[in-house]
Amino acid sequence: MEKVLEIKDLHVSFSTYGGDVKAVRGVTFDLHKGETLAIVGESGCGKSVTSQSIMRLIPSPPGKITQGEILFKGRNLTNVSETEMRKIRGADISMIFQDPMTALNPTLSVGEQIIEGIRQHKNIGQAEGRKAALEMMELVGIPSAAVRMKQYPHQFSGGMRQRIVIAMALVCQPEVLIADEPTTALDVTIQAQILELFRDIQEKTGVSIILITHDLGVVAQVADRIAVMYAGKIVETGSRREIFYNPQHPYTRGLLRSVPRLDADDAELLPIDGSPPDLFSPPAGCPFAARCEHAMEVCSRVYPNKTRLTSIHQVDCWLQDERAPKKMAARI
Amino acid sequence: MNSYFVKRVIAMFVTLWLIITLTFFLMHSIPGNPFATDRNTNEAVQKNLNSFYHLDDPLYVQYGSYLKSLVTFNLGPSIKQSAFTVNELIGRGFPVSMELGLWTLVVAVVCGILLGVVAALRHNGIIDYLAMTLAVIGISVPNFVMATLLIQQFAVNWPIFPVATWSSPMHMVLPILALASGPMAIIARLTRSSMIEVLAQDYIRTARAKGLSPAKIVFKHALRNALMPVVTLLGALAAGILTGTFVIEKIFAIPGMGKYFVESINQRDYPVIMGTTVFYSAILIIMLYLVDLAYGIIDPRIKLGKKEG
Ligand SMILES: Nc1ncnc2c1ncn2[C@@H]1O[C@H](COP(=O)(O)OP(=O)(O)O)[C@@H](O)[C@H]1O
Ligand code: SF4
Ligand SMILES: [Mg+2]
Repeated sequence: MEKVLEIKDLHVSFSTYGGDVKAVRGVTFDLHKGETLAIVGESGCGKSVTSQSIMRLIPSPPGKITQGEILFKGRNLTNVSETEMRKIRGADISMIFQDPMTALNPTLSVGEQIIEGIRQHKNIGQAEGRKAALEMMELVGIPSAAVRMKQYPHQFSGGMRQRIVIAMALVCQPEVLIADEPTTALDVTIQAQILELFRDIQEKTGVSIILITHDLGVVAQVADRIAVMYAGKIVETGSRREIFYNPQHPYTRGLLRSVPRLDADDAELLPIDGSPPDLFSPPAGCPFAARCEHAMEVCSRVYPNKTRLTSIHQVDCWLQDERAPKKMAARI
Repeated sequence: MNSYFVKRVIAMFVTLWLIITLTFFLMHSIPGNPFATDRNTNEAVQKNLNSFYHLDDPLYVQYGSYLKSLVTFNLGPSIKQSAFTVNELIGRGFPVSMELGLWTLVVAVVCGILLGVVAALRHNGIIDYLAMTLAVIGISVPNFVMATLLIQQFAVNWPIFPVATWSSPMHMVLPILALASGPMAIIARLTRSSMIEVLAQDYIRTARAKGLSPAKIVFKHALRNALMPVVTLLGALAAGILTGTFVIEKIFAIPGMGKYFVESINQRDYPVIMGTTVFYSAILIIMLYLVDLAYGIIDPRIKLGKKEG
């Protein structure tokens, strides 16, 4: 499968008065053409920082990509000029943020906010831009788009605003769409509609999507592949089936136990005890050790190697080591 | 007509009427009269003068006839400069004062906003500290002190600008600077803080994610939102500039309305006191009204008096 995006050993730090926050600590993943990759993990694990690093949008200072490569169609985005990067943002890689209530400028009409995106990247006039914006608004399901494009953000509901934001992100037909918690701020019914829209748009345009969420319920509906992130690292990657039906990392299992499941509605919901480690001085070994019921002596001292289970399923956990006790496999 | 605007207009007239009434009675409660300073006027002449200007009528009668003439925009004759009516005095003085006031406003707004924006973009940098130090000076030094300092520096020590009178653009530079420094500093500080706040908003990040250039982000997306508090303040600043013109005109010997206003109070020239007060109050009230209108134009969320559908 063709790779549109390759992230290799990405490290991102924020220098603060208290020291360096190592928010992302060696993240590696690929994004294939036309797929939806979900990145899941508890809040604060570095999902947003990872995604904003791809767009080079982390506030800098204090943020800095200290190591690693971000290859977009073979080009390393960590060292292209800011001017080059501006040509990529919105045109080749687009981003959608969590809160549609604040993501739009309150003093510009929504039409103008979509049109300026196209006109930034394509050499077209206002009238043509308007036409493209109108088509895009219709594509994302905004009724009477011609009238509504003259209106301002406060005249739209949350769900409709998120559709506008999506239209804005897609109007230049980007190859990659990064959606950072796009449904977290919305009602459950609206959430489902927006996820439906993502699937629909992917079918029509073939865009590759990185979907970031802390909610496995969201992932279950749309993701082809899932990467589970913890304390600045990706600890397990697999197909949706593999992650949901054969999770190997104790953290992934913990996450699954903490979401309501439709197929076992009487099962108890168990939040994971404890909290993630301090990222000022992250532990040398497995960052989950302090919370893991299977933790062994080696876990807190040495970070586990990556174990490949299938062509896509891989996990960072000492339990995969041949020397580890085997009693764990039976339990879920 | 939209009912909000009707209400606003009615409120404007009520405000103006209150100002007129208060000024009228306060003015007459000050001891003395227009002829008290002229030592040689004998009693018979004074009596004649009083009756000529209806100053011997009961106060409420005078008040009534003043309101009546006001409705026809007739501000009456000047008592001390008997060759002129108050309308004529305003007609001569006001264009000069307006020129001074408007230029001051333009300089204060344009320079203040620019300074504030630059400071915000270089947040915590050297330029920011410099600009904000300047702003603190501008706010804390009163305009008459500023005027004296400017004259000393740029007219005496280093004579680039002429002082006194209002005959060429070069003559206008120092008075405008002296009067503008305060409001400019206030605008700069306000713009800076509100700009820093706006630049941290999500929609600015959205604009960056679209690949817009920094200039577009600042001028199209940030500034418009950052200027809301500045617009709110504009009415008050205009009032400050207006009263400031009196002092500055005096220092620089500018033949504006300030001269008539100050003299009229000393000389108890009742019609001129009333006329200038009413005139300036009306201007201020209209300014505040315009600021409200501007507010609605800049921010589409503020639809004055219109119900959201
Ligand atoms: N501007 C910043 N300054 C300092 N630390 C930051 C900044 N932005 C993010 N971080 C830190 O980076 C870590 C990851 O944050 P983030 O990527 O936003 O998490 P999430 O997975 O919830 O999106 C957090 O510990 C956060 O404190
Ligand atoms: S490496 Fe050890 S501590 Fe970390 S998840 Fe695996 S068993 Fe638990
Ligand atoms: Mg986040």
